[in-house]
Amino acid sequence: MTIAPQSPAGVAPADVVTVTVDGIEVRVPKGMLVIRVAELMGIEIPRFCDHPLLDPVAACRMCLIEIEGQGKPQPACAIAVTDGMVVRTQRTSPMADAAQEGVMEFLLLNHPLDCPVCDKGGECPLQNQAMTAGRGTSRFEEEKRTFEKPINMSAQILLDRERCVSCARCTRFAEQIAGDPMLELLERGAKQQVGIAPDQPFDSYFSGNTIQICPVGALTSSLYRFRARPFDLVSTPTTCEHCASGCSLRTDVRRGVVTRRLAWDDPEVNEEWNCDKGRFAFIYTNEGRIASPLVRENGELRPASWPEALDIAARGLASARGRAGVLTGGRLTREDAYAYAKFARVAMGTGDIDFRARVASDEESQFLASSVAGKPLGPTYADLDKAPAVLLVGLEPEDESPIIFLRLRAATRKGGPRVVSLSPVRTRGMDKMNAEWWAVQPGGEAIALRRLMGGEQAADTLAALRQPGAVILVGERMAGVPGALSAAAELASTTGARLGWVPRRAGERGALDAGALAGLLPGGRPANDARAREEVAVVWGVDPSSLPTGGRSSQALVDEILGDGSRVERDEQRSLDALLVAGLEVADHPRAEDLRRAIAAVPFVVALSTHHNEVTEAADVVFPVAVVAEKAGSFTDWEGRNKPFSAAIHGAQSISDGRVLAMIADVMDVPFGTGDVSALRSEMDRLGMWSGERPAAPSVSPALDEAAGTTALATWRLLLDAGAMQEGEPHLAATARSTEALMGAQTARALGLTEAASVVVSTNEGSIELPLCIADVVEGAVWIPMTSGGSRALAIGASHGSRVRVTGGRA
Amino acid sequence: MTPLTPVITAHWDVPDYFTLEGYRRHGGYVALPKALGMDPDAIIGTVKDTGLRGRGGAGFPTGLKWSFVPQNDGKPHYLVVNADESEPGACKDVPIMMANPHALIEGVIISSYAIRANHAFIYIRGEVPQAIRRVATAVREAEQAGLLGDNILGSGFNLSITVHSGAGAYICGEETALLDSLEGYRGQPRLKPPFPATHGLYAAPTVVNNVETIANIPWIINNGVEWFRQFGTEKSPGFKVFAVSGHVARPGIYEAPLGITMRELLDYAGGVVGGDGTVKFWIPGGSSVPMLTADHLDTPLTYEAMAEAGTMLGTGTPMVFNSTISVVKAVTRWLEFYKHESCGKCTPCREGTYWITGVLERFEHGHGTDADMDLLVEVCGNIAGRSFCALGDAAATPYPAALKYFRDEFEAATHTPVDEAFPPAASYVFGEVAAR
Repeated sequence: MTIAPQSPAGVAPADVVTVTVDGIEVRVPKGMLVIRVAELMGIEIPRFCDHPLLDPVAACRMCLIEIEGQGKPQPACAIAVTDGMVVRTQRTSPMADAAQEGVMEFLLLNHPLDCPVCDKGGECPLQNQAMTAGRGTSRFEEEKRTFEKPINMSAQILLDRERCVSCARCTRFAEQIAGDPMLELLERGAKQQVGIAPDQPFDSYFSGNTIQICPVGALTSSLYRFRARPFDLVSTPTTCEHCASGCSLRTDVRRGVVTRRLAWDDPEVNEEWNCDKGRFAFIYTNEGRIASPLVRENGELRPASWPEALDIAARGLASARGRAGVLTGGRLTREDAYAYAKFARVAMGTGDIDFRARVASDEESQFLASSVAGKPLGPTYADLDKAPAVLLVGLEPEDESPIIFLRLRAATRKGGPRVVSLSPVRTRGMDKMNAEWWAVQPGGEAIALRRLMGGEQAADTLAALRQPGAVILVGERMAGVPGALSAAAELASTTGARLGWVPRRAGERGALDAGALAGLLPGGRPANDARAREEVAVVWGVDPSSLPTGGRSSQALVDEILGDGSRVERDEQRSLDALLVAGLEVADHPRAEDLRRAIAAVPFVVALSTHHNEVTEAADVVFPVAVVAEKAGSFTDWEGRNKPFSAAIHGAQSISDGRVLAMIADVMDVPFGTGDVSALRSEMDRLGMWSGERPAAPSVSPALDEAAGTTALATWRLLLDAGAMQEGEPHLAATARSTEALMGAQTARALGLTEAASVVVSTNEGSIELPLCIADVVEGAVWIPMTSGGSRALAIGASHGSRVRVTGGRA
Repeated sequence: MTPLTPVITAHWDVPDYFTLEGYRRHGGYVALPKALGMDPDAIIGTVKDTGLRGRGGAGFPTGLKWSFVPQNDGKPHYLVVNADESEPGACKDVPIMMANPHALIEGVIISSYAIRANHAFIYIRGEVPQAIRRVATAVREAEQAGLLGDNILGSGFNLSITVHSGAGAYICGEETALLDSLEGYRGQPRLKPPFPATHGLYAAPTVVNNVETIANIPWIINNGVEWFRQFGTEKSPGFKVFAVSGHVARPGIYEAPLGITMRELLDYAGGVVGGDGTVKFWIPGGSSVPMLTADHLDTPLTYEAMAEAGTMLGTGTPMVFNSTISVVKAVTRWLEFYKHESCGKCTPCREGTYWITGVLERFEHGHGTDADMDLLVEVCGNIAGRSFCALGDAAATPYPAALKYFRDEFEAATHTPVDEAFPPAASYVFGEVAAR
């Protein structure tokens, strides 16, 4: 058998060596580890400490094999193949076989025989390999080592030390992959144990991965511990619904209830990792669900049958045809977003649709239409690995797209790209990515980019971006900085760097491509383009002239509804009579209070939601819909990579947004199709992506507000925050970053503030009091978490770049 | 009888020999200007030609080790002196540091010059603060005399020495664990390759040498290759600081050519005391080398002859045991040491020492079984050659050798507690040593 017949793809013949494993000659790339070569050949060498994504450590000694010419058995996980090497594994070498059996016997000495009550039992590498490489009975008669159990590594991660085999996968993961070296091996010899420093819990965003790579049951989570047996779980591959990183996950369901989630293998995206939010924030799927349709009667919501609710919704929406708006939020699957996009145009006769439940702008709409929507894949994660330079503009990957963070960290650890982060705060995440901090005033990003292009600033960064393969990544908060997206697009086109837009929510890119944005039809088609409308009309089976040529953003809709405050009173002049709202939080809207009033003012509101929220409380008709675990669909990650998944909970009673919309359309007698995920997908596939003319990139000039006596606010959402989908998981919440305000030393001093005190950040709409922490924040700015604990920036009408007043607090 | 050859120890009776002045008065720092006038490669060549072998235990040729350091690589080079002498039975480096710290420093300067290092570290076992103080004081003296620092003796060569205290872990005597410890990490051995010669301290080319090895260097420079090679044998040239301990009348340091026999050393040390006056068993150099018996007293103490006898010269610090000592008990104590000092990194050493110790403790109480005797041989076999570093190999050596020579004692320990067969009181020696 020859694994690599001529030259393996991408490997020059000079870098190929010939080795013999168990008598079989293979040609493989030089420098490959023996254990990987054997794997490729289908020869499984038992191992514990070895992990393909961690540096070799050769500590467990389980993978000992024989190499001709070496007197002692060698660890296959740490020996790179050389030309002519002759390897004999346990299959052909008595020496290797004896060595492995000896090591397995050692590993089991102090390992408790508690498999029947251990979470790992049934999916345990130690259990499995003990069966293949171990003895039937133990020769060890002395007393086993015991420890107090379990102990907390963090609120979420628990350690049963007596089960640990000291493979150091968890400590190496923490140090090498996550960059959070809070786990360390302590003590010596048989007392060696994994531990943390006193009062420094393992509060890493990626801590849950250590449980998954633990080859024994030493690490468990508070959430899953003792909840299930692996063989009682029904497992389904899925895509994470929490952010736009696009992680492949596995959802484990026990008797119809989501019980556990694991990172699944996708070498192109998340490799084998995910963040703790993706792993542990799933309780929302099981708790607090809306059970049946609800309709408002005498001012109160009451349960209703599906036919009754569908009838009321259909009549209400039909009577508001052409005078209705759709707000979808950023959490929908691509298929469901497409259903809303189609429903708005076909059934509601409106182009007023917006998926952005966050700070947004018309400049952003134009930017998305010109530079993002309907574009093919890329830049990709692999492009980040290979890029000579990566510029982050208003994006904090560790909080906003954790897999980008892990990839950039992995790449820079290997000496990869030069990473520059344009941000008001120098974060720990930047240090971990080995990124340079390009300090900027919050709101000053556009001006900084203009200066860069004008050669007035950071000339070396400009030169770096001109290298082939360079990448610019812009974060969603740049929508709130006038001119920033215009400047980023121009910077990309003048330097040739590839431009990536990294939204935070999982459904945003899919919703954009599906046409859930005013002015854009599916596939990134400009709604004002006749050919675009025609293409869509053919697939939808409607008259092209019936399709709206434009539409309004959610902000414009709110303005329209509220008007100047007097129009609300005069019904006949109102141009908006109905709102169709998917699962979004009013508080996430930059003008939450206005939206609240607008929803109250609109005569007819239909809400499709999994849980009760402010919208369902004000709605006239509420339909319960499926959560991600209950339906098939797909999420399109920030790269533009579409990642489909099927339902994890089989036989769930709930149905998807698309199906509900189809049923409403049916009652309205509008041709819509079944709304079934495969039907929606095949329609989208028929439509494909727009190949015609695109709108020009926006060219908004920067404007920096520098009101005297105020401080510039920097803010973004932390990964673990008060998000609705993280509810019900206190152990996860306990590992979140502390809620505090960050300021530079000089700024704090100038305002007479010290670290011992708290600070009050206020606007005309309210104030937030937080403990102060002196940090690397650009002078004249203050950073607060956007939606954590008592820190809700939007609630006081503030967002990134706003001017706020900062004063000393009471504490 | 092979005559003693005091070189490093020649002036240890001079009260102030440990000071710069005392050392200078007796020929100290004469080699340094000579060496600084030589081509560094010529020094490496000289050391290579002497055949000097590492005195820390492994016996690797020193000059060869130096020649592995890549030159003109643009990286800083480091010399690290392993002064973490922690081996049970080994006590030679601490006396050298106490009595002759300037020979060590002179050797460090010459060696650093040879390998192009501008920073040297002396990593001293933390349990010997007196040695740390003495070496640190000597380094300060040398600095004040312009023997360290910038432009040493006008040669243009710069060197600073950092004296570092260990924190009480035997594993840090393993050179890569020592480097980790020196860098501020928890001391555990590193994966090799890469070897320290290319990726050592702070991932830069590094030579790690034992105290005694480095202390040899000034005399080699002063007297040359032929002088050095007149001592010892072809494969084990030179002289050695033998530290004889145990049941001998005059335990202490005996500097003699390699190739001297244990019988001769015993004679110098006044013979065996206590028991029936004979050697029951002895270890040539630390507990990590297999024991020998009275049958091996005429075997030359060289690297090659010891290997032929199934053991190793090790640190060259023979420990002698008389007839009152239970082999079972001695081996149990050694294994308890290895169990306590196993760093925990690799499975065979971590778990194997735990297992062996448990079984040996049963033997000690008379509860061993015949099956246990063979089981321990297997367990030792499962550690030797499979552990991450030499600590595991060392832990696997005492028992098989003990069983080979004293199987009857283990058999007895299947029914009789060791303390009954070998009453501890019989081993005590009061006043006898002083009287001679």
